[in-house]
Amino acid sequence: MGISLETNQVTKIYGEGDTAVTAVDQASFNVADGEFVAVVGPSGSGKTTMLAMLATLLTPTNGSITIGGQNLEKMRSRQRTKFRRQNIGFTFQANNLVPFLTALENVELMLRLNKAFDKNARQRAKDLLDRLGLSHRLNNLPNQLSGGEQQRVAIARAMVHEPSLVLADEPTASLDTQRAFQVVETFANLIHEQNRAGIMVTHDLRMVTYVDKLISMVDGRIEQITDDRTVIDGMANTTHDPASTVNQEADSAGEVVNGLPENMDYEYTK
Amino acid sequence: MSFFLSFKEIWRNRGRYLLFSLVIALITTLVLFIAALAGGLSKANRELIDNIQADLLIYQEEADLLISASRLDNNTLTDLRRIEGIADAGGMGFSTATVVYPAPEGEIDISLIGTEPGRPGNPQILSGGPLIRDRANEAVLDGPLAEKLGVKPGDQITIQTVQGTEKELYNLNVVGLSGSNQYFFQPAIFVPIQTWDEIKPQDTTARRGSRVIFNIAAVQLYDPENYSAMIPAIEGSIDGIQAVDKQTAILALPGYTAQQSTLNTQQAFTLLIGMLVLGGFFQIQTIQKIAQIGMLKAIGTSNGTVAGMTILQIITISIFGVALGVIGTFLIAMGMPPEVPAEFNSNAILGAIAALLFIGPIGGLVSIRIALKVEPLRAIGL
Repeated sequence: MGISLETNQVTKIYGEGDTAVTAVDQASFNVADGEFVAVVGPSGSGKTTMLAMLATLLTPTNGSITIGGQNLEKMRSRQRTKFRRQNIGFTFQANNLVPFLTALENVELMLRLNKAFDKNARQRAKDLLDRLGLSHRLNNLPNQLSGGEQQRVAIARAMVHEPSLVLADEPTASLDTQRAFQVVETFANLIHEQNRAGIMVTHDLRMVTYVDKLISMVDGRIEQITDDRTVIDGMANTTHDPASTVNQEADSAGEVVNGLPENMDYEYTK
Repeated sequence: MSFFLSFKEIWRNRGRYLLFSLVIALITTLVLFIAALAGGLSKANRELIDNIQADLLIYQEEADLLISASRLDNNTLTDLRRIEGIADAGGMGFSTATVVYPAPEGEIDISLIGTEPGRPGNPQILSGGPLIRDRANEAVLDGPLAEKLGVKPGDQITIQTVQGTEKELYNLNVVGLSGSNQYFFQPAIFVPIQTWDEIKPQDTTARRGSRVIFNIAAVQLYDPENYSAMIPAIEGSIDGIQAVDKQTAILALPGYTAQQSTLNTQQAFTLLIGMLVLGGFFQIQTIQKIAQIGMLKAIGTSNGTVAGMTILQIITISIFGVALGVIGTFLIAMGMPPEVPAEFNSNAILGAIAALLFIGPIGGLVSIRIALKVEPLRAIGL
């Protein structure tokens, strides 16, 4: 299995001298093909900044990032745009889709941008949407789709061009519990099936139950990298207060729990 | 890529873009009408002078280039014809009269122009023949006037002028028709200058026999290109006169420059307003799309494609809007009464259309800048 993503001592510092803010401090980690990783942490932990650097939208102050064997350091602005277009797939918290294109056209957009749009490409887009359970929604506009459906179309768009790295920024931000689990499960399955490197930034710890590796960040530093199942599942289940009177436990992923547990880590990003 | 995205967006939001086009169409119609009016008024004023087959016009010096104040006589003509470089000179008298017969649509006021048969100043003949005899009741009619009256060469018309305090009628034989020759918003009838001298409106009747006094002289040069050099030569040889080229003479026509500059200012302002309004529309449009543009850039759309999208939309809407406006103008022009002096076939109109095609893109420059400056980091909230 190849390593799709390598980061080495990646640092991002804003400002200088006394007013310098270290958003990310010497982060080092790898993600392999077919590996699904979650980056978690509270607001201000630097996870979004980290995501931006992985997506070539920000340049690190120090350290190096290598995606699909290519080092990002040497790239100039236009090169980076092209690299992003060809090698990275991205889904966002909101405004994922172009409002005047249908679901299918939104997915095809990625192929058109890469000038790789032909009959086979169109079929691949359709197949991907089908795999995501959206074959009856191909010609719908985004405003005719539910939040979960929009997010799934975005996933298809992020993967149709067979990128080295797939990034998801808070994919469950505006979804209810059932949809959230659905989307992340599907995402995980696709990552595994298509053997891509996938990274999900999320503050919803319940979702980490689907990932292969968990990276925790606090104040810009990586606190923990683990692929230990027990630790990860433990994280996924820590979102309820054991002393609460409502005795909830999500014992397996995907099960609808009755009522939300208390003390959920629901922060909304900036 | 830009094409695909632009047209998809226009199509899915066609109501809104149709509105933009309509605004452009309305501005187009307004600008074209002003341009046409300017052209028509200009023509109605200057056509005759424009058409005089002469290289220079001679005025009495004190007249300050006002035709009606200028007084010259035969001596001037003799002196002119003696100057080296001058091929010929002809006197021209300007006055007004009314055609009373035939009058299928009522009496018509006309400009009564006296010219010397065979000399410069006579109009180009389109049908029939020119004025021949020095002292005859012959007339050459302005073509559109003849059409309106329903006369052709060989027919007779009757005109009326005031002599002293009495209205007098004179019969004239139509010998020929010229092209359109408007002077001072009136069609022209050309008669031999001596006839003109007799029948033109005047204060007293008791000046028959004395020398003919007319207004200006039309001069043809052997070397028309050399007219600017001839001016000092002529003014030096003859006392009390002023020689100018036709363009200067036209600019001196009463009201001409005032009219034209007013209308041109109106045009310019309308174009400016159009630019600002459209600029505003496109700017608001683009601002509403900032999140979308950020997302597109984050997934790897280049700045070039984003700018291309924006400008393509602007250009498409502009072309469509101007086309609509031109069609609308055309339809309205067809239904306009003929008395309105509006000239729709001219370079001025083409120039106006070209300017209109640009007001969208120039107005839209701001929105292109906005689109280019959107940061893809917005898409992830940074």
